[in-house]
Amino acid sequence: MNNNNNQRSFFFNVDWVTVFLYLILCTIGWFNIHAAVFDERHPSIIDGATNYGKQFIYIMVAVVVGMVILLLESRFFTALSPAFYAITVLLLIIVLIVGKNVGGNQAWINMGGGFRLQPSEFAKFSTCLLLARYLSGANIRVTDPKAFMSAAAIIGFPMMLIMLQPDTGSTLVFCSLIFVLYREGLSPYFLVISGLLITLFVVALLFNPLHIIIALVAFTALVIFLFKRNRQLITTMLIGLAICVTFIFSVKFIYTHVLKPHQTDRINIILGITTDLRGKGYNVNQSKIAIGSGKMWGKGYLHGTQTKYSFVPEQSTDFIFCTIGEEWGFAGSIVLLGLYLFLILRVIFLAERQRSPFSRIYGYGVASVLFFHVVINIGMTIGIVPVIGIPLPFISYGGSSLLSFTILLFVLIKFDSNRMGVI
Amino acid sequence: MNKFFERRYVVTGIFIAIIFTLLARLYYIQMVDNRYAIYATKNVIRSFIVYPARGPILDRNGKILVQNEPTYDIMVVPKDVKPFDTVAFCNLIGIDREGFDKRWTKAIKYSPVKDSPFEKQVSAERFASIQEKINDFTGFYALPRTVRTYPDSVAAQFLGYIGEAQDRDILRSKGYYRLGDYIGVTGVEKAYENVLRGQRGVKNMMVDSRGVQKGSFANGAFDTVARTGERLTSSLDIDLQKLGEKLMKNKLGSIVAIEPSTGEILAYVSSPTYDPNLMVGRERGNNAAKMYNNPYKPFFIRPIQAQYPPGSSFKPLSALIALQEGIISPSETYYCTGHYRAGNRLVPCNHGEAHGSVNMSSAVAKSCNGYFSMVFQRILERSGAKYTEAAFTAWRANVNKFGLGSRLDLDMPAESRGNVPTPLHYDNIYKKGGWRASTIISLAIGQGELLATPLQLANLECIIANHGFFYKPHLIKAIGTENVIKAEYTKRNYVGIDPQYFEPVINGMQAVVENGTGIRSKIPDIIMCGKTGTAQNPRGEDNSVFVAFAPRDNPKIAIAVIVENSGEGAHWAAPIASFIVEKYLKGKVTPRASGITVDYFANANRLPDLSLYAMDLKKERMRDSTRSARQDSIKKFKADSIKKAARLKATANNKPAGWGSFLAARRSGK
Repeated sequence: MNNNNNQRSFFFNVDWVTVFLYLILCTIGWFNIHAAVFDERHPSIIDGATNYGKQFIYIMVAVVVGMVILLLESRFFTALSPAFYAITVLLLIIVLIVGKNVGGNQAWINMGGGFRLQPSEFAKFSTCLLLARYLSGANIRVTDPKAFMSAAAIIGFPMMLIMLQPDTGSTLVFCSLIFVLYREGLSPYFLVISGLLITLFVVALLFNPLHIIIALVAFTALVIFLFKRNRQLITTMLIGLAICVTFIFSVKFIYTHVLKPHQTDRINIILGITTDLRGKGYNVNQSKIAIGSGKMWGKGYLHGTQTKYSFVPEQSTDFIFCTIGEEWGFAGSIVLLGLYLFLILRVIFLAERQRSPFSRIYGYGVASVLFFHVVINIGMTIGIVPVIGIPLPFISYGGSSLLSFTILLFVLIKFDSNRMGVI
Repeated sequence: MNKFFERRYVVTGIFIAIIFTLLARLYYIQMVDNRYAIYATKNVIRSFIVYPARGPILDRNGKILVQNEPTYDIMVVPKDVKPFDTVAFCNLIGIDREGFDKRWTKAIKYSPVKDSPFEKQVSAERFASIQEKINDFTGFYALPRTVRTYPDSVAAQFLGYIGEAQDRDILRSKGYYRLGDYIGVTGVEKAYENVLRGQRGVKNMMVDSRGVQKGSFANGAFDTVARTGERLTSSLDIDLQKLGEKLMKNKLGSIVAIEPSTGEILAYVSSPTYDPNLMVGRERGNNAAKMYNNPYKPFFIRPIQAQYPPGSSFKPLSALIALQEGIISPSETYYCTGHYRAGNRLVPCNHGEAHGSVNMSSAVAKSCNGYFSMVFQRILERSGAKYTEAAFTAWRANVNKFGLGSRLDLDMPAESRGNVPTPLHYDNIYKKGGWRASTIISLAIGQGELLATPLQLANLECIIANHGFFYKPHLIKAIGTENVIKAEYTKRNYVGIDPQYFEPVINGMQAVVENGTGIRSKIPDIIMCGKTGTAQNPRGEDNSVFVAFAPRDNPKIAIAVIVENSGEGAHWAAPIASFIVEKYLKGKVTPRASGITVDYFANANRLPDLSLYAMDLKKERMRDSTRSARQDSIKKFKADSIKKAARLKATANNKPAGWGSFLAARRSGK
């Protein structure tokens, strides 16, 4: 125990690099929310009536919460992880009953005073925590089917509740935890097969299923012909082929029966199957126009025309990257993506230097969630990922999102500062 | 250490790879693909047209005929409007509550976020009181505009008017005009549209996704300034024009006065006229409808659209052609018995008066029908009666050189040709070779099928005044501040009559005014040469015609006056012409020995009985409701039936169908 150290300084051993990255991203977010909703009539950046004014308050609150986390004992989080999980699950159930419906998703609980809570944002944190707690238990191996099923249940339960809202974006975020399971020993086939299925899904939508099946059969035949001796490979190939063919046929079914019309529209637009620039494709097209018109150096802070004149919808929340792309250009995009990559790699670095499996697993959870948010959010604004409404970490406007990411990150920083201690 | 330690590199690798995929995509849309930048510009920039003021029009002395007066449109953006004192606002712009509600609903219906006119064309005087208070009403603002104003309310038919461009104008202009643009519809506004309209400017504004303006683009670096239309200097003398309009009040007809040495038109009166200010502003539609329905047709541009038989005013031209062709010498005498026998029909002189022995000058002075019928017959039968057609063709060519029977190419739209009948015309009526000089003898005295516009008649006087040539008559003297003059207006057009032949004719014309039919129009101290005419009008009384030029030496003004349905030229047209001539030459009208005054003529009402026009009006209504193609076919049918009727009558009476029967047919046909 390093009680002496703790007493000497609350912030002893804190990874300032991560904190610094965090503060930079929050600041970038604040300035760009200002740019996104900039209005000559309210030029001040600190104004409680405007989004950037509110975001300033949220940042202050988040920083305080971050500091409080650093002051707490690490054990507080490890010990209470089931409690956190239970509370968020409870909130997720409550939100289904009393929640406020915004844009088709029943994801918000009214807290009074104009503030609203989004439980799904905090579910990410508590799920990571409980997953870490479970997987770090003695004799728990992901390779063990029973343990895998339990881990999958921990992840799947909140997913199911969020899906009922229905908030597809937040649900999909939990899928990123597959990286955590992989790191802890899950068979690489899971990653390969997931990648393969996503590819097949896209291919099946773009091409005639019959052609794909012919191609797959031909490929399998070739492999079998080349490796006649290897029976195991042949069996695998044949099973794989059967799964693929079934999957291809089921894509059509998923597309028409499982997915909702607006979701198929979004996928169709990304794949170029439909182009409806005034209707369904409007958001993505305007978003691409805003980002694309930024060119190398951008139009300059507060000089973005597309965002300022509200051609891009949701521009201070989900489409905040448009403001950055337009006003700071490709240079700004590189810097931002660089900062995110640096942060994610730093988080992995922190995770890997932990002594306790708990901290490491939790760290990977943080990295996976951040990564997923960044890729999906930016990918959506530049038209390579279907529109899925999830925020850009630390930058998008919104208190719940900022607070949950802050907690997610600062708990890791707290674990890291105690990494020498025994948890 | 964990046994899956090396998997951190796999995870890291995947993360880096995917982030770089995003970067690659960003590189593509931000650096490679230029489309997005273009789309962005299109999204944000709206180009607005800035309309220039139309060019002003001055009279020959620089006095203003048309100018632009600032007016203000009160504009509104409903979304920006904050609660305000409606009563105060209504009082301010002078509308009632009901009117306010109507306008407000209309504005919201058009667009809650875009500007639309709330109250149009508020005058500058009214605006003075609005100006300081309008800012108290958020969401309302004033937009300066210009409208045409006519300080002296003269020369309406010359100036014409402007109106919104129609679909066909837009089509014809290949998209230059847009819906709602103004374009010259008639008169000088139409003829000089390209010069008057000026050059439109473009203002680039930034707009947001709802089309709401957000200020100028790049501080106006790509804007172009609107250039006001060119100034036109007209040839009209505003004082002369005013006097002419005053004299022609309550009469139908027209006055055209031309400066013979330049072809510049000094007066261009069409009566009845109207106040051009009526065709501007909010009441324009009502006023236009009222005038359109006026049976005396104020929109009819009589100086160039009305066609009258020239009557005796044609005689000098007949004389000149005969002299040039060597048919007759000026001193040769003819004995007038009060009528002329052509073939088996008689041409009577006016009132059956016997003029006795007349030569060319006195024949002109006394307007002897017999003398000119004799001359005309001689011309046509110079190579024998068999060759009448050839001689007629030659005569016709000579008449055409004087500008009759074709457009004079005035710089105004909608000019009529007048009419000089062709041999074919007579062939159709009387069959080929079936007509002789005696058949068409009425042409000799300016009747029959002969028709001329007042402009052509005035131009005829210019030719006589100039001894054989004319400059193309025109209404616009100079274009722009640099006073550009069209080259075609400085070219002399010769009519093929040698100068020495003019003297005997002019002597006769001088005698007309000195002691002939036009004696009542004699102007003290000015030698005016003129010719009265009395032309039959199918409806009611004859048209009173007078043509003249003055002074005899170095003529300054040539004039043609026609007063419809007013009897002899000497009674109405001649005195009116004399006032115009005197006013132009002396700058004022002096008391006359004959006792005639301007006021007497100005106050006289010579409007014909409307019942004479009843049929015409009915026909007009019908014609307006049918298409022009059909209208043409109806006309042709009518003309054919008239010809047929004339032929029938001619054969029935077993006498040639001269002007008498022709006119009779016209009377019954029309």
